[in-house]
Amino acid sequence: MSEIELRLTGGIGEGVSTRKLTGIAVAALVVSLPFLATEYWINAIIVPFLILSLAGVGLNLLTGYAGQLSLGAGAFMMVGAYATFAFQLRLPELPLPFALIASGIVAGAVGFAFGFPSTRIKGFYLIVSTLAAQFFFEWLFLKFPWFYNGDPSATISLPAGLWAFGIDLNSPHGRYYLTLASVALLTWLSYNLVRSQTGRNWMAIRDMDTAAAVIGVPILRAKLQAFAVSSFILGIAGALWAFGYLGSASVQSFGLTRSYQILFIIIIGGMGTIRGAYLGAAFVSLLPLALDWLFQQLLGGHADAGLLQNIQKVIFGILILWFLIKEPEGLARLLRRQSGNFNTRRFPRLKIRRQT
Amino acid sequence: MTTPSPPALEVRNISLAFKGVKAISDLSFEVAPREICALIGPNGAGKSSLLNILNGVYVPNSGEIIFEGEHFHRMQPLEAARRGIGRGFQNNALFSGMSVADNVIAGLSRHARATLLEEALLLPRARAETRRFRERAHEVLGLFNLEHHAETIVATLPYGVQKKVELARAIVAAPRLLLLDEPLAGMNAAEKQEIADIIATLNRELKLTIVLIEHDIGIVLKLAHHVVVLDYGRKLADGAPDGIRDNPEVIAAYLGGDKVEIAA
Repeated sequence: MSEIELRLTGGIGEGVSTRKLTGIAVAALVVSLPFLATEYWINAIIVPFLILSLAGVGLNLLTGYAGQLSLGAGAFMMVGAYATFAFQLRLPELPLPFALIASGIVAGAVGFAFGFPSTRIKGFYLIVSTLAAQFFFEWLFLKFPWFYNGDPSATISLPAGLWAFGIDLNSPHGRYYLTLASVALLTWLSYNLVRSQTGRNWMAIRDMDTAAAVIGVPILRAKLQAFAVSSFILGIAGALWAFGYLGSASVQSFGLTRSYQILFIIIIGGMGTIRGAYLGAAFVSLLPLALDWLFQQLLGGHADAGLLQNIQKVIFGILILWFLIKEPEGLARLLRRQSGNFNTRRFPRLKIRRQT
Repeated sequence: MTTPSPPALEVRNISLAFKGVKAISDLSFEVAPREICALIGPNGAGKSSLLNILNGVYVPNSGEIIFEGEHFHRMQPLEAARRGIGRGFQNNALFSGMSVADNVIAGLSRHARATLLEEALLLPRARAETRRFRERAHEVLGLFNLEHHAETIVATLPYGVQKKVELARAIVAAPRLLLLDEPLAGMNAAEKQEIADIIATLNRELKLTIVLIEHDIGIVLKLAHHVVVLDYGRKLADGAPDGIRDNPEVIAAYLGGDKVEIAA
């Protein structure tokens, strides 16, 4: 007779140091990335991935943590982008980082206002309120030329480009570091917040709102805080999307499709986890590229490009469905299970006795 | 039951109807400070509805609640929590996606003072508060021997343990009045005894006034100082356990005609 013990992870001390090392390695990689990757990768893949991740983090606070379903992510991003444009155009003395923060606050105030219906209605009905935000701002920013400064094509772009405290951020590297700094900082703040009492209030409302009220969770305040903080982050993500990634943007850049995209990101990545937003964003921004590459390899110009694009969309949709059936709780959960983290946290170590 | 001091809680002429169906009619009773008051009665007698009125989930059609000398026509859930009315639910109403410790700490929300910005930036006040809440939660979990489960996601725990977590969450903010809806339901005899002992201890050591609903008459008559019997939303009897046990009306309506034998 022999006893075999299966250990899913190493000892605790070992785990911590491995974690630290991984952290340092990731940080080093992230900072030196512009010197490792091509400009195309930085501009067209990594920067949008980071911004979509940030938007995912923002929406996840509201939907994944506080349980308030929203289809208004695009609207709050739009508000952030147009506010940044207005600040940079009409208040050029205000440095870009401050303009971004101020725009986040504007978007947060808008989110706060559109959050009021959530104190009365929930679930699918709440979608109507956030959809209203989506359509209202698409209309507003097209209707009044003041918002796009009378530009003939109704697009907005920063009059002076991307500058922060005299540093030129217009190069691909500059855009990357601006995006990276904003995304890292806001992710850190979000991480702190979800682990604080406010985060617990949000999750309590999500899991059981009646009980939350009865044990003293300030439901109304917590819901409005979730709307405001989520929209603050989405607003800054929107400004980065418009000026850090696209360069110039219009209301179409933040249409309903964008709202769906951000919602898909958190559903695929994992509701109520910070890293889920990153995983989901990676999924939606890398999978189409992978499919594109695959099609090029397989068919290489022999088929109609438009048809190929549509087929890609169909495959993408089927993959999402398949994936959600296999793992409804998203990539974050899948990863945790793969790494064994899930088992060690929630269940005793797996022990198998075997007779020989 | 004669009360030497003014009652901690007084329910006065409370009536509640759901779309015309009467759940509670003209109910009045008093709960003395530091007593355990048991509400008994068949299913649908209006017991849970009454607890929901007491902490503001339901609004009564008429009547008033007097809690520690203050009159309320309707309670708000948050107001009830702020005034120190704690609550345990019939079917566990825990926050399933959160850890045991986080569930309990959520019960401290009304004591939180740190602002959102302080929390996001990990400023000293937010950090001190987190530390203090965590210590308090562990202290309370210790009463239930649950410290080793502190970081476990609550949904993965067995039902009996979840019941204890719920009780821990209800008392973590040091309530003055604790409302418990069937705290012993769905447990085996040993677990029931353990919870009953904990409730008795809370009442004795923390001087907590407790109103509880329970179907296990044997345990109720031993645990409670005062029993209120409800049937179809009306009060059938009100008094000390000994009197209830011998009350012919109660025996006929609720105890099924057989006298319940209780060890002295």
